[in-house]
Amino acid sequence: MALELAYVVAAVLFILGIKMLGRAETARRGNVVSAGGMLVAVVATLVSGGMAWTWIVVGLVVGGAVGTVAARTVQMTAMPELVALLNGSGGLASMLVATAEWWGQPVGSPLRNVAIVLAIWVGSIAASGSVMAWGKLAGRVPGRSVRLPAHAFVSVALFVASLAAAVVFVWPLPSGLMALALGVLVVTALVLGVTQVLPIGGADMPIVVSLLNASSGLAASMAGFVLDNSALVVAGSLVGASGFILTDIMCRSMNRSLANVLFGGLSAAPSGSAKVEGDVQPIGMEDAYYILEAAANVVVVPGYGMAVAQAQHAVRELAEQLEANGAEVRYAIHPVAGRMPGHMNVLLAEANVAYEQLVEPDDVNPTMDTVDVAIVIGANDVVNPAAREDAGSPLYGMPILNVDEARTTFVLKRSMNPGFSGVQNPLFVKPNTRMLFGDAKETVTALVSEFKNA
Amino acid sequence: MMVFVFVLALFLGVELINKVPSQLHTPLMSGSNAISGITLVGALIAASSDTAVGSVLGVLALVFATVNVVGGYLVTDRMLQMFKPRSGPEQ
Repeated sequence: MALELAYVVAAVLFILGIKMLGRAETARRGNVVSAGGMLVAVVATLVSGGMAWTWIVVGLVVGGAVGTVAARTVQMTAMPELVALLNGSGGLASMLVATAEWWGQPVGSPLRNVAIVLAIWVGSIAASGSVMAWGKLAGRVPGRSVRLPAHAFVSVALFVASLAAAVVFVWPLPSGLMALALGVLVVTALVLGVTQVLPIGGADMPIVVSLLNASSGLAASMAGFVLDNSALVVAGSLVGASGFILTDIMCRSMNRSLANVLFGGLSAAPSGSAKVEGDVQPIGMEDAYYILEAAANVVVVPGYGMAVAQAQHAVRELAEQLEANGAEVRYAIHPVAGRMPGHMNVLLAEANVAYEQLVEPDDVNPTMDTVDVAIVIGANDVVNPAAREDAGSPLYGMPILNVDEARTTFVLKRSMNPGFSGVQNPLFVKPNTRMLFGDAKETVTALVSEFKNA
Repeated sequence: MMVFVFVLALFLGVELINKVPSQLHTPLMSGSNAISGITLVGALIAASSDTAVGSVLGVLALVFATVNVVGGYLVTDRMLQMFKPRSGPEQ
């Protein structure tokens, strides 16, 4: 009874914590409140008795040390990788908990068996899928869409094998067969996690990372059913639901369905776009400076390229120079810019950009024609006008930042290669677009020195 | 009864997240990810089970869940500490 009460307190703290996380002013306290909920749940469980203390202390110390070092030392630009790995360890833990519980007591109700199957299946997919996502984000695995021979067939076969193993497991059978079914379930689910994430291109990573987040929550919730533990059921389903909402927001920001992201579509057919005709117009540093110097209204559009070049601090410096020169500077953030939801916001916050300066597409698009200069830094698909103009483009219908409507658009770009989606970008040849080729950080730093030397 | 709790919590989760501004998406995700480390409670119970295999699996689960919880909360705090309004202290 006391334990149940403690779990209720923990659940309330989680709910309050998530609610507070949703507002910039209270977010940091919200995280602390939620951590308090976790502490209550863990301490209440520990004092409920029957604990194998030695091993528990070892596990807590080892896990705590790894978690602390990872959280303290990670570069802000590597945040998507860390979040992916944390999702994976949560999923793996839930899968292990369900397996351990089944081992301790193999015979149970069909409902319990279903929960075991789901916890193991979802947890395993979250674990291997997250490692795969980490590999793509960290550049250990090709970030583009990778397809194995007969990829679709392999995936379907794995899924069918998983399903068959699940049915065998739930059926009342001798425990030897159950163990075999469980083994098949774990292996097929782990491989499925890999084959599902492998064909997903880098630009779709925000969707994948939030979906993996939802999966790790759902796995915890299912493990809660196995243990008949309300704390796991409530907290897990809260995370599952919030992860799915975030996934849905990401999908809508790209005008794509989840099925389209998971089962091909854009990543499978990068060929459908029209050939872009026209010449790009490069611009020198000095000329770029004169245009910026005369600008009163500047919008900065960062993308994944800013993260790769670690250019966020230089970008803030440039914005300060522009403001000192009397210009209004805003940062227009597309929801799927970067490799995880809110990626650009974290990097700009690290560079001390105030969050009031960050605006969303709906706020900035209606007044884009009053913008003197839009500076696109390492972004591509999220500013591609083909999404608006070319019904044949794979990006068609995706809400974008209409930087082509600004009076002048600077595009900072390493080369003329198309973005991750492989789609040509007509923005680069628009008459009011000027290209600044080179490393984003070097280019921005050079612009800053133009201002300083003026 | 648990199913009832599960469904209610799902709806609550949807309601809580629906209106969050996009600038907070990353901390929200890593913060809720830390909550999914609640499986730590299950790992504590599993690690204390009677069978050797169960205990080993439980202790492994405990390590991974603790990484998830500790890493998740600390990194979320590190990110949120950087989010500042314009009037806030510089540097």
